[in-house]
Amino acid sequence: MSPNLVYVVVVGVLFATGVTLLLERSLTRVLMGVILLGNGANLLLLTGGRAGGPPIVGTTAEEEMSDPLPQAMVLTAIVITLGMTAFLLALAYRSWHLNGHDEVQDDVEDQRIMELAERDEGPGTADPETTDRVPTARADDDRRVAAGAPGRTR
Amino acid sequence: MSWLVPLPVVMPLFGAALTLLLVGRARAQRWVSITVLAATVAVAALLLVRATLGGPLVVEVGGWVAPLGIVLVADQLAALMLVVSAAVTLCVLVYSIGQGLADGNEETPLSVYHPTYLVLTAGVCNAFLSGDLFNLYVGFEILLVASYVLLTLGSTENRIRAGTTYVVVSLLSSLIFLVAIGLIYAATGTLNLAQLVDRLDALPDDLRLVLQGMLLLAFGIKAAVFPLSAWLPDSYPTAPAPVTAVFAGLLTKVGVYAIIRTETLLFPGGRTADLLLVIAALTMVVGILGAVAQSDIKRLLSFTLVSHIGYMLFGVGLTTAHGLSAAIFYVVHHITIQTTLFLAAGLVERRGGSTALDRLGGLARLSPLLAVLFFVPALNLAGIPPFSGFLGKVGLVQAGVSDGGVLAWALVAGGLLTSLLTLYAIARVWNLAFWRDPHPDMPGPDDTARAARTDGAEQPHDDPSPAGAVLPRLMTASTAALVVLGLGLTVVAGPLFDISTDAADDLLRRAPYVEAVFPDGAP
Repeated sequence: MSPNLVYVVVVGVLFATGVTLLLERSLTRVLMGVILLGNGANLLLLTGGRAGGPPIVGTTAEEEMSDPLPQAMVLTAIVITLGMTAFLLALAYRSWHLNGHDEVQDDVEDQRIMELAERDEGPGTADPETTDRVPTARADDDRRVAAGAPGRTR
Repeated sequence: MSWLVPLPVVMPLFGAALTLLLVGRARAQRWVSITVLAATVAVAALLLVRATLGGPLVVEVGGWVAPLGIVLVADQLAALMLVVSAAVTLCVLVYSIGQGLADGNEETPLSVYHPTYLVLTAGVCNAFLSGDLFNLYVGFEILLVASYVLLTLGSTENRIRAGTTYVVVSLLSSLIFLVAIGLIYAATGTLNLAQLVDRLDALPDDLRLVLQGMLLLAFGIKAAVFPLSAWLPDSYPTAPAPVTAVFAGLLTKVGVYAIIRTETLLFPGGRTADLLLVIAALTMVVGILGAVAQSDIKRLLSFTLVSHIGYMLFGVGLTTAHGLSAAIFYVVHHITIQTTLFLAAGLVERRGGSTALDRLGGLARLSPLLAVLFFVPALNLAGIPPFSGFLGKVGLVQAGVSDGGVLAWALVAGGLLTSLLTLYAIARVWNLAFWRDPHPDMPGPDDTARAARTDGAEQPHDDPSPAGAVLPRLMTASTAALVVLGLGLTVVAGPLFDISTDAADDLLRRAPYVEAVFPDGAP
């Protein structure tokens, strides 16, 4: 069976937009990305099976039936994605509660290396862009310095 | 006997439901969890005996015949993994109960802890037993969802920060796995592992390589293999000590198990063997260099965890029976030892009020028992004879030498270097935390009060447990039990190597697995 081109294009678009959003700093956008990627993956699963009539004995001739297995798998995958979405939303909300924003923060190691670089004690890997940016950013918020990421939305 | 097979999945799930109903009645919850996990250990042991003596056990869930329904397969490899992981989860559960009791707080561990912990166990067991790719995915999701909850337990600022990274990375790996499943189904029309054996063999080589690559990528993230391992050392140490311990012991090993299963059963012939070997070398060396640079015990141990995943990949990448058997032995050893070390680190945090090396000192004099509990598994990890770490590494080195290729020799060298650097990292912990004079901030021998930490802002842990001179008995006992289990691996190393060699042979022959699922030949 040859796959339907429309499906393939839609899956591609969903994946492309999903990955773009996943690379964002804000957790809400990441969540959107995950949802889009999940939908793309589900559609891809569905495309893998044979198309046809409803797979119910008595309503459709056996050779015209669609493949029910991918549909069953997609149902499972949708449920899982739903749960994940709820959990990510809770995480984003809690993060907003604690920090006033829902941005994904740098890990401890990165922060430490950045601090060392700032004091010029590190292994000399200071990123010029970051060091330029730090003094101005420090004035308004310490925490965001640690985030110090290019491309974050303000 | 085959009715035993679904029990390791079903019992913890029922236990989870029961403990959820018992929320608020901590004592009943504790007994349900302990009973369920003890029963799981017993069932897993029976399965291992049966699989060793009489070949793989297969159950068609719900009575649906094999390619239509889901099958659970308990072969030697799966049963061995089940025994070790069930035993380890039981010990960690006792430890966390001891911690809750010692804190005098009925709500620690929180009431949601028990159900989640049991769901995690069910997910791990499901992943080991699954004979179907999609069921493997479901097993992964069950254990991951439980792990998200456990990692963000209490939802403090640090855990939310670490949890975010962990959740997003895990979600991505699950999506890649799901896409791989979709593509495999589209290409072959089945997801049953035994049926895939023939159908994948019939596919064009390039397509097979793509599918193999996608599965490797998904499992590589879960197993924390080098270029995909950055999430692990950041997220694990922030969780409560018992949670970190069980994650470190089990979750990455489920990824390794999935790699072993798919690489041998679905994609034999070793087209990615060289790639695996290179990755294994990088994982070992980069991981241990990270560990050497750390100044916090938990973070240091997380890096050694990443590093030692490389040893298992080394065995898998050799694609010989020798290499696989050594890798399986190493997985068993590493589950036990890494968990023990994290539990010991939890005890250190309790006794010393911190796991930062610059705040600790003199623990060997203050608490000789704790020193022993840390020292023995630490040497075991580094591979000092006669511990199981040494035996596992010898097995891998022998397999590498008998392979004889340039890459294999390079890996032997890398493995020995990593072992040496592990010893160095461990010795550093020992010197700083156990040998120096006690740090002034640490609670003294008569001081049972909570250590005041006003400057804990930079600490990776939000809620340092109350520190005191007296170590809770239950926590010490469960850690000691795991230390003894680790030592026991040396005693039973002979039979264990026999089992792992058998398992490796069966994996490479592939026929025993397929014949167990389809006695009349694959449809």
